[in-house]
Amino acid sequence: MKSKIKIASGQGFWGDLIDAPYHQVIKGDIDYLVMDYLAEVTMSIMQKQKSRNPNLGYAIDLIDLMKRLLPITSKKGIKVITNGGGVNPISCADAILDAAMKLDIGKLDVAVVLGDDIKDCLDDLIKKGCDLNNMETGEPIITVKDKLLSANVYFGAFPIVEALKRGADIVIMGRTTDTGLTLAPMIYEFGWKNTDYDLLAAGTVAGHILECGAQSSGGNFLGDWESIPDMAEIGFPIAEAYPNGEVIITKHENTGGRVTFETVAEQLVYEIGDPKEYITPDCVADFSSIKLEEIGKDRVKVYNVIGKPETEFYKVSCSYHDGFSATGSLTYCWPQALTKAKAADKILRKRLENLGLKFDEIRSEFVGYNATHENLAPQMDEDKINEIVLRFSVRAKDRNTINRFGQEIAPLILTGPPSVTGFAGGRPKPKDVIAYWPALIKKTMVEPKVKILELK
Amino acid sequence: MSKIHLRQIAHGRSGDKGDAANIGIIAYDDEGYKIIEKHLTAERVKKHFEGICFGEVERYEMPNIRALNFILNNALGGGGTVSLKLDAQGKTLAAALLRMEIET
Repeated sequence: MKSKIKIASGQGFWGDLIDAPYHQVIKGDIDYLVMDYLAEVTMSIMQKQKSRNPNLGYAIDLIDLMKRLLPITSKKGIKVITNGGGVNPISCADAILDAAMKLDIGKLDVAVVLGDDIKDCLDDLIKKGCDLNNMETGEPIITVKDKLLSANVYFGAFPIVEALKRGADIVIMGRTTDTGLTLAPMIYEFGWKNTDYDLLAAGTVAGHILECGAQSSGGNFLGDWESIPDMAEIGFPIAEAYPNGEVIITKHENTGGRVTFETVAEQLVYEIGDPKEYITPDCVADFSSIKLEEIGKDRVKVYNVIGKPETEFYKVSCSYHDGFSATGSLTYCWPQALTKAKAADKILRKRLENLGLKFDEIRSEFVGYNATHENLAPQMDEDKINEIVLRFSVRAKDRNTINRFGQEIAPLILTGPPSVTGFAGGRPKPKDVIAYWPALIKKTMVEPKVKILELK
Repeated sequence: MSKIHLRQIAHGRSGDKGDAANIGIIAYDDEGYKIIEKHLTAERVKKHFEGICFGEVERYEMPNIRALNFILNNALGGGGTVSLKLDAQGKTLAAALLRMEIET
């Protein structure tokens, strides 16, 4: 058994800094690189890409990235774990193997984990008694079934552990908990059991700290953010994990950013509910038990984590199509920038009303004044403000309604208040509105399947 | 009695869970935690966000890291891609809470 392993975070979402994983593998020694690509909206985008081309539906950037990483990771023995397989992990793995073949790196085992995508077997599951009621509203899934774009079960760490046991160098997952990507190598390397709840919770907490990339190493830091060094070359976080569950959060030397009690604490509270009940498929972690201690420059020890047994359910995330939306904006300048923007808003609302268009929602925001903090924004001295952006958004079930709205923005330039600019992007186009359907499913109803694809 | 801005004694981070926003507020020291634990009640936070949050506010304590976590239900205009808000994910709400003035 290894006495410690280093797990490095490479991506916090699909669209994160492209060079971050590369820097993680070249700027110092690590054992594992974990990359989180999936957000809820990502699954529906990938499902759409797959419906147009059956060979797509995964994080396509991953292939170019792996071409750069593989010569280094195979030489250094770094394993890569990612959920970038999206809704088509097999095609993703095939594309990586194709790329690897041209690189002359020798043997490579790529594991894929299947079984999370339940979109095509929903009827069967419903027949077997899975109601998949909406966790928030209690409605049965049948109300949105015809509009469903994706339906995925969140697997945890254990399918990844199985893949590692079977010799995988790279593990390509579909829907997996972000935390499972980091927890899995600890279970595998340290031989933790599925009943070692405190240890599983410790690894889960480490996963939570790593899952949003540089958000724990100085990025998006609301404390003394101006003092964070060299954000241009920010180092992504690394979890140095030990068999007893202690984890040190750090980053490579000679990188920007900072790892302190404060930067880690901000990530700990990010997007959590009841801190005593952080539920994953692997365990229930108690975030109110966690202790943080700065033990050196850019080194924070995370310990004392308490865990409880896992629940009997997996979380399911479904997405469905729920109409269209569009946003247009216009910029008004001094003098009376806000007064002009408000007048334009009124005119636009009147015109839409005259057209008899039916919207589910109309929203106008005044960027530069109160778009983010709304009524908490202080009253402003209009004479001191140079410009205000009117951001006008609508949502409707019918695409034509949204298209018609799109034709009403530009005319305001010649038919409304003066000194207006910022309309260069053309008419606002209808965007698909994707709504979510969170549900639970008994773990016994679905089974993760690990498949190994080899390059010899 | 003196007035302080919450941002003088605490920092934090916010994000989304469906149509609910979560705001974690972390005090810089133990003294600060005593102040937020006492004064930053769910009711105060609900009142502060009366123009933004239209559901219940839940409060959870994390004395281990000197933090309080708030869940603001029905605060993101539908959440996800349904929401028309510029800040559909509630990313700026932690800063909005730090605007609060507290009398100590």
